[in-house]
Amino acid sequence: MSVSVRVPTILRTYTDGESEVSAEGATLADVLDSLESSFPGIKARIVDEDGKLRRFVNVYVGNDDVRFLDDLATVTPDGTQISVIPAVAGG
Amino acid sequence: MSAPTIDETATGAEVHEAPEQHAPRTGAFGNATGLACRECGHQVTLGPFYACPECFGPLEVAYAFPQVTREEIEAGPRNIWRYKALLPVPADIETSPNTEPGFTRLLKARNLGAELGIDNLWVKDDSTNPTNSFKDRVVACALSAARELDAKVFACPSTGNLANAVAAAGARAGIKTVVFIPSNLETPKQVNSAIFTENLVAVDGNYDDVNKLASEIAGEEDGWAFVNVNVRPYYAEGSKTLGYEIAEQLGWRLPDQIVIPVASGSQLTKVHKAFQELIKLGLVEDKPYKVFGAQATGCSPVSVAYKAGTDAIRPVKPDTIAKSLAIGNPADGIYVLDICRETGGAVEDITDDEVRDAIVLLARTEGIFTETAGGTTVGVLKKLVETGQLDTSLETVVINTGHGLKTLDAIADRVSPAATIAPTYAAFQATGLGAS
Repeated sequence: MSVSVRVPTILRTYTDGESEVSAEGATLADVLDSLESSFPGIKARIVDEDGKLRRFVNVYVGNDDVRFLDDLATVTPDGTQISVIPAVAGG
Repeated sequence: MSAPTIDETATGAEVHEAPEQHAPRTGAFGNATGLACRECGHQVTLGPFYACPECFGPLEVAYAFPQVTREEIEAGPRNIWRYKALLPVPADIETSPNTEPGFTRLLKARNLGAELGIDNLWVKDDSTNPTNSFKDRVVACALSAARELDAKVFACPSTGNLANAVAAAGARAGIKTVVFIPSNLETPKQVNSAIFTENLVAVDGNYDDVNKLASEIAGEEDGWAFVNVNVRPYYAEGSKTLGYEIAEQLGWRLPDQIVIPVASGSQLTKVHKAFQELIKLGLVEDKPYKVFGAQATGCSPVSVAYKAGTDAIRPVKPDTIAKSLAIGNPADGIYVLDICRETGGAVEDITDDEVRDAIVLLARTEGIFTETAGGTTVGVLKKLVETGQLDTSLETVVINTGHGLKTLDAIADRVSPAATIAPTYAAFQATGLGAS
């Protein structure tokens, strides 16, 4: 499954400044592994030492926050857009 | 609780892509020295940054405060700039146009106190700010940061009150504003923004959807200052002025208990930060105080986590009339839990019916017409008393953050004419409202 991933400003040092990159994977976990192979170091910024999404990162598959879906097991259909966005906003 | 001192070698530009970043003038942020991550302590230079490049945690303003005296503050203007030495704003902040918010009234609430059985109760009434909510405070600080960072657009995602404040402040400052709101927002809040700006954007979605969109725009568009996104560290500091004012208006002392509404949780954490700063600066006596958070049950992720005894805040899809508190994924929720637990307070929630009841209660006892957020706070105050969580013998402050005229629909079916009568004395007598 090929998906596109929108990359937040503070992670673009890993993607040569690209704001949107391609990745592969049937689930979000697979997509993060794919990202890591293309852009080493990026995965550890999104998930913590226990392999869980960091507290202050929101990840959306399409328009849906994966915390309302299946977290890292959320399926990522072909062509889906995934967005990684800092959670520290609003209020 | 204040952020650590900034290392002079801290940078930030290498991890925050900012190729043509404006260099702020010396003193642009007053006594602020940098930004520090509240989670991991990573340090970043002062700029349009809000999330830690290491862990995504929230960046907070760190300061090197000079000695500040009560007399210096008391000699200042009757608005938030009397505390400018404690805010990330330049010394000449009063020379640039803004809405000059703050120094709102602190009312002794004898009638409400008697009704609830609280001996010594105060209402901090922030509905009297220029756009009738506490948001004018935070927006004034964000506007200063936006100016100093040479932003061309002043923007926000909002549940309503913030949009009002941003639009008004931008109009006064002569800067372009664009404000984003959920399309189902109360009509008065829409009108109260649209009157100040041509650029009110209604988004089909809830607040969290609007917030996500704003974060994406902030990451892509140059020259935009989203008050509660990329200049959030400066914006949030404005809420400290609520804490400073309460202490000053009480005669330079802290209350024993304070009840504060929780949406993102920023206001509660900043009031606590303000109290801690006043203690450290020797401006008030160091004494214990309890902080209580208030949510509506239909959007109560922090209250649910508090009651479950966990730090894990599970985001929710909001379903409450208290739309200004309807943030299902509260950015500062974890810190609200820490503060309420550390101080011996609590986080509580009430139903929408209880919110409506509390709006009427505050109006009928103190002559203050609050919006649904204030109804939530007063209703939670009542519930805290009824459940024995709040000590009724201690001095207590409850914060009213907004005006009831903004949420008329929420209360319209609760209040109506006592009678509709013919214009005759006999008809009046029939109402039973006369003396005889």
